[in-house]
Amino acid sequence: MDSVAQRLSAVGAGAALELRGVTRLFGALAALTDVTITVRPGERRAVLGSNGAGKTTLFNCITGDFPPSSGTIRFFGEDVTHFPPYERIRRGLRRTYQISALFPGLTVQDNVYLACRGISRGRFSFLRPGQNDALMHAADNLVQAVHLTAVKDQRVAELAHGQQRQLEIALALAGAPRFVLFDEPAAGLSPTERQELIEILTSLPAHIGYIIIEHDMDVALRVVESVTMMHNGRVFKEGLPQEIESDPEVQELYLGGGHE
Amino acid sequence: MSLAHDARVAVRPATTAQPSARAWPEIDNPAAWIVAVLLLIMPLIANGFFLIEIFATTLILGTMALSLMFLAGYGGMVSLMQLTIAGFAAYMVAVFGVSANTNISLGWPWWLAVPMALALATIFGTLGGALAVRTEGIYTIMITLAIGAAFYYFTNQNWAIFNGHTGINTVATPHFWGVNWRADIPFYYVVLAVAALCYFAVDYISRAPFGLALQGVRDNPRRMAALGFNVNAHRVAAYAFASFVAALAGVLQVWNYRQISPGSVSVSACIDVLIIAVVGGITRPIGPFIGALIFVLLRTFALDVLIKFGLDGNRFRLLIGLGFLAIVFWSSDGVIGLWQRWRQSHRPTTGRSGGAHGHG
Repeated sequence: MDSVAQRLSAVGAGAALELRGVTRLFGALAALTDVTITVRPGERRAVLGSNGAGKTTLFNCITGDFPPSSGTIRFFGEDVTHFPPYERIRRGLRRTYQISALFPGLTVQDNVYLACRGISRGRFSFLRPGQNDALMHAADNLVQAVHLTAVKDQRVAELAHGQQRQLEIALALAGAPRFVLFDEPAAGLSPTERQELIEILTSLPAHIGYIIIEHDMDVALRVVESVTMMHNGRVFKEGLPQEIESDPEVQELYLGGGHE
Repeated sequence: MSLAHDARVAVRPATTAQPSARAWPEIDNPAAWIVAVLLLIMPLIANGFFLIEIFATTLILGTMALSLMFLAGYGGMVSLMQLTIAGFAAYMVAVFGVSANTNISLGWPWWLAVPMALALATIFGTLGGALAVRTEGIYTIMITLAIGAAFYYFTNQNWAIFNGHTGINTVATPHFWGVNWRADIPFYYVVLAVAALCYFAVDYISRAPFGLALQGVRDNPRRMAALGFNVNAHRVAAYAFASFVAALAGVLQVWNYRQISPGSVSVSACIDVLIIAVVGGITRPIGPFIGALIFVLLRTFALDVLIKFGLDGNRFRLLIGLGFLAIVFWSSDGVIGLWQRWRQSHRPTTGRSGGAHGHG
C-alpha cells in the first residue's frame, strides 16, 4: 500500500469527501444529526453501527438519493450538496446498494454496459455499439473482473444471489471511479464469496478510496485503514481499526460486550 | 486478478455468442421473411377494400400502438395520449395543408405541411411527456388521459383552428411524379414503408444505448441515477421519440380518411390504442401490429358475425372487450406471449446454456 503522502500528491491535496454538519430529517425523525466526516483521497474506511445508526442514510445523503436537510457535502473540494445524483456520479462518486439494485430484465453484459455508458458521452445515442466499441470492451473486462463471464448473456433475474452481489460491485466500478460507497457488499455471501470480495476490494487501485458499511468485522477490518462508528445518527467514534475494536465503549454498544 | 488491469479482451467461446445477440433479431426467422414477402406482394392478392380498410388501417393503428409499446414496454410509462399526438399531427396537416375548409387551411404544399405537422406534434407530445414524467404508474395514465380528453373537448369547441365538431374535410393528399399517392396501391406502399421504418427503428433502438438505458430506467430508475443517467431527461426523450412515431401515423391517418374531426381523437379512441397494444403484447415491437390486425378484423367483420347470431351488430366492442379480458386474464404479455409459450411447449428446449429460464 502506498504512503499517505504519495497518494495525496497523486490526487492533489484536500479531502476526497468532506461532510460538515450533515443532518437528515424524515419528518420529525432525525436519521442523521450533525455528521462531520472527512475522508482523504484513496482512504479506505469502514462505517460501523447497529441497525438504525444512520449508515445507509449517510450514503444516501452523499450520493444525493436523499439530499441532506442541512449541512454541506464536498466531493474533491466541490460543493455537491445540491447536485442531483447523476451529477455526483459523473464526477467519480460510485455506490452499491444493500439490497441489490440491478436491472433484472436485462442481461449481465447490458447491466455493466449501462454502468459504463452512464459515466460517458452518448447516453442518448441511437446507434448500437459496434464490435470494437470501447465501452463494450470495458464492460467485458468488468464482467471478467467479478467472475461473471460465464453468465454474461443471462438475464440478471436468473442469477444466484452471490452473482447478483458481484454484479452490484461491477456496476459501481465502471468508468474511472474516484470514490466508492459500498453498502454491505458481503450481505448473504458464502465464505468463499466473501474471500473473493476481499480480494476485489484489496486489489482496487490505490487512488480509489471507499467507505464500506459492513457488519462482518472479519471482512470490514481487513479491507480498511480507518473506522467511523455511528450511533443514533451521530458519529460516535473515529479511529484506527484496532483502536475501535478494542474500545470498551464500542464493544459495549456494538459488539454486545465481551465479543471476541 | 486486478481491476486495474489494462484492457485485455478475453477470447472465449462465450463472446462469440454476442454478435448474434446484438444483430438484427428475426433475420434468421423464416416466419418473419414470409410475413415480409406477403406484405410486399399484398396488392397482388388483396383487393382495394382489403388493402386499405384492413391492411393499411392495421399498419397505421399498429404504428400508433407501437409508439405506446415503446413507452410502456421499454420505459414502463403507459401513455394514453399517443392517439392524441397522432390526431394533433393529422389536424396540423389539415390546417397547414390544403382542404375544403379554405378559411382555415393555409394551403401549404404537403412537403411543407407534413414536416411542420410532425415537428409541432413532436413538440406537443414532448411537452405532455415532460408533465407526465413527474409522475409514476397510474398517475402517468391519468395525466396523459387528461391531456387526451382536454384535446378532444378543445377541438370540439375551437372553431378558429380546429373547426369545431365538424372538423376539417377533403384534406388534399400528395400527387407528385405523376402518381396519386392516395390511390390504393401507392398509398398501401407508403403506409407499409412508414410502418416498417418505425418498426425497425424501435427494434434497433431497443438495443442501442438510448433504448437500453430506457429499459434500465424502467427496471430501476434510482439505480440509473446512481450510474450517471439523468432519468427524467431520458424519459422525456423517450416521449419525444414516441411522439414522432405517433405523429407519422397521424399524417397517414389523415391521408387515409382525407378528413379529421374530434371523433377521431375521442377518449374512447385513445383507449383503443391501449387495447391494441395490450392485446398484441407490449414486450416486443411486433405486438402492436398483431393487436391492430385483430382489432381491425373484429371492427370490420364482427358486425356481420354478430348479426348472423341474431345480435346487434354495433356490439362489436363487446367482442373486443371480451377478447381483451381473455388476453389480460391468460397472458399478461398479449398474443405474442401466448404464441411464444406455445412455441416453447412444442419445441424440445435446444441447449441454451444456463439451463433454467425464469419463465412466467
